[in-house]
Amino acid sequence: MRAVMRQNFEKGNLLRDQYAETMYELMGEDSRIILMEADMIACDNTGKIFRDYPERAIECGIQEANMIGVAAGMSSVGLIPFCHSFGPFVTRRVADQVCISAAYAGLNVKIIGSDPGITAQANGGTHMPFEDGAMMRSISGVTVLEPSCPVQYDWMLREMVKEYGVFYVRMERKANIKIYEDGSDFEIGKGVQLTEGSDVTIFATGAHCLLESFEAVKALKGDGISARLVDMFSWKPIDEELIAKCAAETGCFVTVENHNVMGGFGSAVAEVAVRHCPVPMEFVGVEDRFGQVGTKAYLAEQYGLTAKDIVDAARKAVLRKHD
Amino acid sequence: MSSVAEIRVFAEQIRLETIKEIATYGVGHIGGSMSVVELMAVLYGSELRHDPTNPSWEDRDRFVMSKGHAGPVVYATLALRGYFPLEELSTLNQNGTRLPSHCDRLKTPGIDMTAGSLGQGASAAAGMAYAGKILGKEFYTYTVLGDGESNEGQVWELALFAPHHKLSRLIAFTDYNKQQLDGATKDILDLGDMGAKYEAFGWHTQVVDGHDIEALLSAIREAKADERPSMIILNTIKGNGFKFAEERFPNHSLSFNMDGIADSLEIVEKRLADAKAKLEEEKGGIN
Repeated sequence: MRAVMRQNFEKGNLLRDQYAETMYELMGEDSRIILMEADMIACDNTGKIFRDYPERAIECGIQEANMIGVAAGMSSVGLIPFCHSFGPFVTRRVADQVCISAAYAGLNVKIIGSDPGITAQANGGTHMPFEDGAMMRSISGVTVLEPSCPVQYDWMLREMVKEYGVFYVRMERKANIKIYEDGSDFEIGKGVQLTEGSDVTIFATGAHCLLESFEAVKALKGDGISARLVDMFSWKPIDEELIAKCAAETGCFVTVENHNVMGGFGSAVAEVAVRHCPVPMEFVGVEDRFGQVGTKAYLAEQYGLTAKDIVDAARKAVLRKHD
Repeated sequence: MSSVAEIRVFAEQIRLETIKEIATYGVGHIGGSMSVVELMAVLYGSELRHDPTNPSWEDRDRFVMSKGHAGPVVYATLALRGYFPLEELSTLNQNGTRLPSHCDRLKTPGIDMTAGSLGQGASAAAGMAYAGKILGKEFYTYTVLGDGESNEGQVWELALFAPHHKLSRLIAFTDYNKQQLDGATKDILDLGDMGAKYEAFGWHTQVVDGHDIEALLSAIREAKADERPSMIILNTIKGNGFKFAEERFPNHSLSFNMDGIADSLEIVEKRLADAKAKLEEEKGGIN
């Protein structure tokens, strides 16, 4: 079944619980799958996997560099390791290990980074990656994904087992809104158009940005602006075809990302647009700042990641179209 | 090949071919290639279970040159064992080559892991050993760390990891040649008593003369007999057996070509001839 949006969103598994549930199932089906943690079992509820699959669930301790290296070596023997820690520690801390031991070596390592951007909340600036996606995206051959809902995440994990290569996933642990119908099917490198719209396309990614974007679409409708919303969960590869189509049909873009606007998701869309279908474009995202402690709502205000910021950006993009 | 005399001949062949290989390009990591010549000969001449006609044989022993800049000595060894033609050694670092300065598993037949960013290869070797354990395979994983490389924090992450996870089929070596790029390891970042360090981390630890073939063979035997992961610290001389390099300090990477090394080469050739003579003598004795 292709991806179908629910009429009414409802609560489902937290993404971290979805991770534990899907991985448990996958590890039961496929003895090549390895689950690795860097002292983070309690943070993504994978304890049951450690209990029932002790040989293939590996507690590495707080040593992310060695974890990535060990995973790379395991994959060279045919296993499929999934490595998890907080986003900054499995990306910027180990950028070279991911680049050389995993990607450059042509190996098969799956990396899950918890709590992208402002969703790190009270863990604050040290744990709040605004640059992880840009770093991973710029490493040749690495696939970068950001799931927005438990249904999509379940599909994604299964797909990652099937597809060889290095993957990085931005997982908002506490996101739990089911946007898609159960059994929805996606494709890596293909976005999903969620609303019709002809005046502007809003490309968003991840639970926070997508849910704020839905609010923005409603508000814009009240203003007489017909906004198209696209879930671009696949940052890399990115859906060039859909970007070109949206440029032709709506004439301007807004990108929404819980990440620095430099080098991240907006940049990925812009790289395609500038080359193939230049249109006025506005970026909603973090304007080259560090993180801080706070609730998600407070941080969204602080960094300009609210529905209102998206509405403002969309209005601006539409105005520029008519300049 | 398994007698000490045969391994000694193989070692001198590796030494000679590695020198020629680097001289053809004109510059390269000669010092740390020469210091592990005897180890390479022992592994590929005797200890390693491998098949040059089937480099991806799944039950083969794995070998990871974690100090990936010693690629040239690995290539000479692999070529002499028939993984690819000996003539290919002259393509080292040439445009489009299969033999890049640092080891690359995607390019060179017989290379099990990409390395060169220091501290990383040994973690991958541990992953191979771990995978072997999970899959119930009997293969051993051998890895060679540099002493300079051991400045890297990741090496000590692995030092904690391997004994904790009981990676009994991981056999690691540290090429303790006492030099790194900028000079003496003692002056740059003193490694102190490496044997005591690994011992304290819970490894089966041995310290041996890295140029003594019999000592290497016996150390590997002992490593296999122990249930812990093994670290064999090799006391070595950087540039060993190649006078041109031995006379220079530091000799991490040197520029030279065939014209400038005639006298040093003569010594290497003599070492090879002597080793061959000794082998003949032994064979004669047996006959």
